This record gives sequence, C-alpha cells and structure tokens, in this order.
Amino acid sequence: VKELFSSLGTECYVLELDQVDDGAKIQEVLLEITNQKTVPNIFVNKVHVGGCDQTFQAYQSGLLQKLLHEDSAYDYDLIVIGGGSGGLSCAKEAAILGKKVMVLDFVVPSPQGTCWGLGGTCVNVGCIPKKLMHQAALLGQALHDSRKFGWEYNQQVKHNWETMTKAIQNHIRSLNFGYGLSLREKAVAYVNSYGEFVEHHKIKATNKNGQETYYTAAQFVIATGERPRYLGIQGDKEYCITSDDLFSLPYCPGKTLVVGASYVALECAGFLAGFGLDVTVMVRSILLRGFDQEMAEKVGSYMEQHGVRFLWKFIPVMVQQLEKGSPGKLKVLAKSTEGTETIEEVYNTVLLAIGRDSCTRKIGLEKIGVKINEKSGKIPVNDVEQTNVPYVYAVGDILEGKPELTPVAVQSGKLLARRLFGASLEKIYHTLFWPLEWTVAGRENNTCYAKIICNKFDHDRVIGFHILGPNAGEVTQGFAAAMKCGLTKQLLDDTIGIHPTCGEVFTTLEITKSSGLDITQKGCG
Amino acid sequence: MHQAALLGGLIRDAPHYGWEVAQPVPHDWRKMAEAVQNHVKSLNWGHRVQLHDRKVKYFNVKAGFVDEHTVRGVAKGGKEILLSADHIVIATGGRPRYPAHVEGALEYGITSDDIFWLKESPGKTLVVGASYVALECAGFLTGLGLDTTVMMRSIPLRGFDQQMSSLVTEHMASHGTRFLRGCTPSQVRRLPDGQLQVTWEDCTTGKEGTGTFSTVLWAVGRVPDTRSLNLEKAGVDTSPNTQKILVDSREATSVPHIYAIGDVVEGRPELTPTAVMAGRLLAQRLFGGSSALMDYDKVPTTVFTPLEYGCVGLSEEEAVARHGQERVEVYHAHYKPLEFTVPGRDASQCYVKMVCLREPPQLVLGLHFLGPNAGEVTQGFAVGIKCGVSYVQVMQTVGIHPTCSEEVVKLRISKRSGLDPTVTGC
Repeated sequence: VKELFSSLGTECYVLELDQVDDGAKIQEVLLEITNQKTVPNIFVNKVHVGGCDQTFQAYQSGLLQKLLHEDSAYDYDLIVIGGGSGGLSCAKEAAILGKKVMVLDFVVPSPQGTCWGLGGTCVNVGCIPKKLMHQAALLGQALHDSRKFGWEYNQQVKHNWETMTKAIQNHIRSLNFGYGLSLREKAVAYVNSYGEFVEHHKIKATNKNGQETYYTAAQFVIATGERPRYLGIQGDKEYCITSDDLFSLPYCPGKTLVVGASYVALECAGFLAGFGLDVTVMVRSILLRGFDQEMAEKVGSYMEQHGVRFLWKFIPVMVQQLEKGSPGKLKVLAKSTEGTETIEEVYNTVLLAIGRDSCTRKIGLEKIGVKINEKSGKIPVNDVEQTNVPYVYAVGDILEGKPELTPVAVQSGKLLARRLFGASLEKIYHTLFWPLEWTVAGRENNTCYAKIICNKFDHDRVIGFHILGPNAGEVTQGFAAAMKCGLTKQLLDDTIGIHPTCGEVFTTLEITKSSGLDITQKGCG
Repeated sequence: MHQAALLGGLIRDAPHYGWEVAQPVPHDWRKMAEAVQNHVKSLNWGHRVQLHDRKVKYFNVKAGFVDEHTVRGVAKGGKEILLSADHIVIATGGRPRYPAHVEGALEYGITSDDIFWLKESPGKTLVVGASYVALECAGFLTGLGLDTTVMMRSIPLRGFDQQMSSLVTEHMASHGTRFLRGCTPSQVRRLPDGQLQVTWEDCTTGKEGTGTFSTVLWAVGRVPDTRSLNLEKAGVDTSPNTQKILVDSREATSVPHIYAIGDVVEGRPELTPTAVMAGRLLAQRLFGGSSALMDYDKVPTTVFTPLEYGCVGLSEEEAVARHGQERVEVYHAHYKPLEFTVPGRDASQCYVKMVCLREPPQLVLGLHFLGPNAGEVTQGFAVGIKCGVSYVQVMQTVGIHPTCSEEVVKLRISKRSGLDPTVTGC
C-alpha cells in the first residue's frame, strides 16, 4: 500500500502501530470505528477505504484517485443520503458517468434495537425477506399438497423459525456485502454514518460512536426512505415489534396480533399463519386501502378461510407486558371504532403494520430551506425529482405522490443521475467552418456550423446530423444513407475527406459540446 | 406429474426454510397415478355433462366417411350407425408413433398414451426421443426418483431455439437424467426376469450398446389417425408426407363443407389452445356470422421440463435467417430466482433472452425464458408481442419486485456487446 501511494505521488501520514506505546489501544478504537481489526488500515480525505485488498480494489476502480483528487469548490460532485434502492442506483449511475460520489447510509436502531447493513428497506426488512418468508409459508402448503401427489412422510411437519430466519439473514448479509463491493468497484465512496444538512452544500456525518465529519458537495440526493409508524399509545414502542424487527426476530413470535390492513400487515399475517401460528389481524376500517376493493375483499376472505382471524373495526389503546420472554406475553386492550365495545386479549407478539413515515424530519432540511409536506413528511418534487432547493433532489419512498416501490426507486435513481450529469445518452461533436468559396469573397467566418449527435451507449452511433451552410442538401444526402446503415463516429473518422469541400468537415470533428472548448476558426483551416 | 415432481424438489427445499421434514421422502407412484387418473376421469365426465347441457349428441363410435356428406360410425360392440350432415369437422388429432425397424418396439415399449395410466411405477426407464414429450416425461420421472435415461438420435427439441434447448437438457443432465446422444435403438427383448434389454447403435462411434430397463417409453413423434377415416371417399386431400389434412385459412379442406382443426391439420402448431380457439372461431364463422380467422402467428408455448422453458415468437436462429445477423439484436441475462437462494439451488441454466430488430425502436421478434413458472411469465409478454411491443417499451416497463419475470424488463446486455450477462443484486 505504501508503494502504491508512492507511485501515485501521494504523501501519506503513516502511523506504525507497533512503534507506539498505545498501538494496541489504537487498534481497538480502529475496530470500533471501521469494523476492521487488521492493518494496514487506510483513510483518504476523511473516508475509510479499508485494508490492502480494498485499497487496491479502490485503485482499480478509480475510487482511490477520486478520493485523492481535491476539487476546488466541493469535496464531491454528488452526495447521496441513504443507501437503499433509490440511493444506490443513483450513486452508481453517477459514478459510471465519471462523477465523484459519496453515499451515506445509517440505520437508526428500531425501538427494539434492530439494526441492519447496506441496501435499505427492500434488501433488509422489505421485499427480499418478505418474499422468502412467503416462500417458506408456501412450502408448508406444498408439503401438504405433495401427499396427494404420492409423496410419503409423517403427517405432522413442524416449522422451525430459527432455522428459517438464520438462512434468510445469511442471504441478506451476502446481499449487503455485494452492495458494498459493488460501490467500491464503481468507485463510490461509502460512509456508514448518519447524514444531516448543517448549511448549504454541507452535511455532517455522524457514525455510530458519535464521531462527526463534514462533507460538501455540488449536488445532493435525499433517499432516506421510511420507517414503520407507531400507534402513539401506551406500551407501543416498548413492547410491540414492526417489520423492522420481524425478519430477524431470534425467536418464534408465537401467538401474534397484527395491527393494520396494509399489504405489509396482510403479507406478514399470511406467512405467520402459514407457519402454523395463531394469527389475528386487527383492522380499523378496510383492507388494502387504495387497491381494488373487490380484490381486497377476496384476499381477506381467503385468509380468513385459511386460519387468520380478523377483528374488524377495532383499534388498540393499550399494550401491557404480562410476562417477559422470548416471546413474552402481552395484554392488548382494544376499542371499537363504532361504539363502546372493548376487548382484551393476550398475545405473545404484537406486530404493528399501520404505515410508514418518511425519514425527513431530522436531517436538517430546515437548515437549507427544503420544503416538506408537514403532515406526511414527504418531499414534493417536480418532474425531474428536484426539491424547491435547486441543488437538492430526492428519490424513492419519500417522494410525495409517487408509488412506494423498489423498481420505481431504482429506475428513477438511475434516470436522475443521467439527467444531472449531462446529456447522458448523447455526445455532440460540432464545429464552425468557413467555406473556401467565402474566403476570397470576404463573407463572414464562423457562421457556418456543423454538428453530429452520437449515442454514447451505442458505440457513438450517429443519430443526428446538422449542417448550416451552402449546398446543405447536396452535403446531407450521402450522410443520410450512411446513417441508415448505422454510421458511427469511428466510421466518420475513418473516412477520407474530399478536399476542399464543406462536407469534409464531418470527417474531422473533434470537439465535443460538453468539453466547452472553443470551436471558432482562426484564419484558414 | 410434472407438478408431483416439482413438489419433490420443494420438499427438499423445505428444511432450509425451517420445515422439519426428514429426508429423503419416498414417492408412491400408485397414489399419484390414482389421483391424476381420477382427475382426468372427472374431466371426461365434465365434458360429457357439457355436451349434454348444450344438447350436443355424443356417439362413442369410430367414424369414417362413406361419401362427402355421410359418415359411418362403428361402436365397440360392432354396431354401426350412419349419420349425414351439412357440415363436417374432422378433429381426430394424433397418436404416438411407434418406431419402425425396431424389433420388439410394439410388443414391449409403451408411449405417452400409456405412461399416465400405469398402475405400477415404471421403474428404471429408457425414454427414446428428443421431443418435448420425451423431455417432459423423462423430467418428471427423474423428479419422482426413478432411474431415467433419454436416448436421442440428434438434437433436442427440433424446431425450438437451440441455445435454449441445450440449456434445458443441460439442466436435466445436472439433475439426474442420463442422456445417450447420437444413438438409435435397434432391438428390444424381454429377459426371463421380465426386464427389457435394449440394443442400440451409437452413430458417432458405430459401436453397439445394450442396457436393461423396466420400461421403454417411445416419444418419437405423433401421427395423425387419418387412414381409418376413408378420406378418399369424401375427396379430402392430405399431405403425402405426413398424412395430415390440408386446409386453407378458414380451416376448410379440399371439400368446401368439410373442415379440419387441431393436430390432424398440416402446418399448424400442435397445441391445445390453438385447437380450442380455431374450433370456436370456426363455429362462429359457420353459424355466428363472424368472419374472424384464426391467427397462428406468435403463439406462445411452454415446455414443462424440470426447469421450464417458455417462448413466444421467433427463435434466435429464425430471426437471423429472416433478417440477417446485422439486423438482429439479442438481449440476454443469467439470473437467480430469489426462492433458489436459501436452499442453495443451482441456477446455472436460469436464463432469459429477447430477440429484437436492431433498428430503433427495436421490435421484439421473440422472447425466451428458462426458469420456474415459465408459462406464467411468458403469457403476458405474448400479448405484448402480438401488439408489436418494442424493446424500448419493454425497457420502460417497471418491474414487479421480487419476481423472475422482472428480469425480462431489466434486460440490458446485448450478445453483441460481449459483456457478462449475469445479473447481480437488485
């Protein structure tokens, strides 16, 4: 690593841990702040890169060079706050487009203390574990069916929650690891810290040990997503769990009350019942608000017929702990929404699935004047995902009025990066020129103009051809036939120009619009 | 039976998902056969009831033409009946072919007509053939735990996209099915203990091989049952090569009031849904005042091998043959179904490719999907392809997450680019 930096002409501050008295202590602290036990342990411009392997990986991907490069104005071209589906896709795409990008991801532990790795809701506490638990439950049904198809085994098959959860968590961990690797390979700097704005263009990043670092960027993307909502009743945060906790619960939840009527509530209730657990769903009014209600009713009926109890038009008012344990025993007092009836019942677990709240209230948005919808916490954006503050964009579940779906966040993150960082699809070559016939005649130079538009993602295929000058029709005709044959910039460059003509200018185009270089002609070509 | 086999795989997955099932779990052929046969019989009954309700007269007789408006039917007991009609529709389908020139083929081998009705397990089985029938049967027999071998003369799934066909057989080979490629059987003998001894020739080496099996299943094609129809008495023309009935776009034969639909017709896909639709449209044209013709273009289908293959439209070879390599763009991806991760199932052959025209907006010519629930995945895209969907439109469609079918709308890597088409993470 020392040789690598020396070859890059970079001066390093080297702390040899075996040559200082408190070397061992320092190594302990390093483990705490970076999760790395070994040396060398490398930091570049406030960012932890890793050990030898990671440093070389970062060098190979260009990340190291980016971190070393000090831009005059800002630390980064783009800082993305939130390493979920939207944030990661945006960051990776921006890096592919050559920008210096940082992603901050930090999981505030749930009230029950649950935490997880890089990747956001979908990977850790959403789509992925949900579908796997759904699959586990479906397998229970398949086992049941299989007897009719001739498969012979003991009648009563039991489900082991811990076996399943361990397997699912292992898969999730591999995805977390994959994301980290993917960011390094795409040269995106990743920091496991809580990001919040402190002033324009500047954020404070606080890691789990409370250490603060500051970063600046030209543009920001907020992709902080949401967290499950609590009821605001006595005992909810202390004793209830949410989807944040369910997928890594180290013990079987047992007899469960699911509060809510969202797809989250129904999907969870569904698979828990599939494992043979006693499941009750407490619904305030209707199921799957916003979905086709005929279908929602059929979903509910099916679940009822398959062992899920529904308590219609009740809301919990108090949760009390009767017994501690894994799981313990909880007493829930609920009130009818249509009268004075109350019910009391004991459950092992209470799972709240009553909605999700955007993580937008504690990230310093008020410090830079980003408007949010005060009621919902969501961020209103325009067609290009821009907030009311021009250099701040937002993507994913926190957007007002957009579907809260992983693929939507992924796609919009990618497209946002492409829009932000130049005409992503296109590369434009252009030049001004002075027809030979105009020189002696004294007609103006730098009036005639030629440009071609190329598709960067398709071998610079020429998709647009423009000439402003004499005999434009005669010039254009032949190039049109070439374009129909899939003309590329390379082919143009490989073509010998006919000299002296105006048309030949297309065979020597060099300057791109994005370079900003001067295309004015001085004197003769 | 494919489902029964798939359930075997799911039972093996189940412990990974926490279900405490002692492995291995044995399979009882008799139980399955009875259940399947009962279901089929209920469908037979259901058809009888429907015909009765619609006041269609049903005769259980073997029919043949007397003249172009008259048909003679012979019942099981020999009793004959004569029926005449204004319009006649021939829908006699096909039956499995027995191989010619293989001694003992008819006496000792069985076909798909028999396999689904066996009361006892077929045991160690040799499946001869490379059709989807051969591969599907071999596939589920393997899945039910039976020692299964497939003998093929040349290529698997002739007429299907060959890259996909290779992946199908590759999957089967890595999951317990044995393949004898380039071999043709010459003789089947019954041994004293009741087992069957098969002799074959390996066409590549010229050597002779032998093997012992409990069952030999012929799946070497199907032939139309037209000879016993006495078509010449009615003047209905058939193809000299295949003996199938020749029809025009209105399903009419060479005799104007005699029609033919389904597998018995020359040049049509041998699929249930096309036959069903053609039959319905024919009736509507004859008696309902409709003029809608059956469209046999872009018919989707699925091969229900252990790893299912769904396809619609042109194969890559066909597209290149029609348009030329330069004008065709193929997007592809190797993906891993989420459900495979936890049990650690091998997803090497899970693959999808979309064959398009290269010229913008890149019309989709064909879609090929290899993976679980391939039929479910393919159906919706078939509608799109019938509507003339372009690659650009597919790309603009948001995926449903997490599913396998979303991999179709996430296709970005072209074969031409040479880049690695393996999907990694979200």
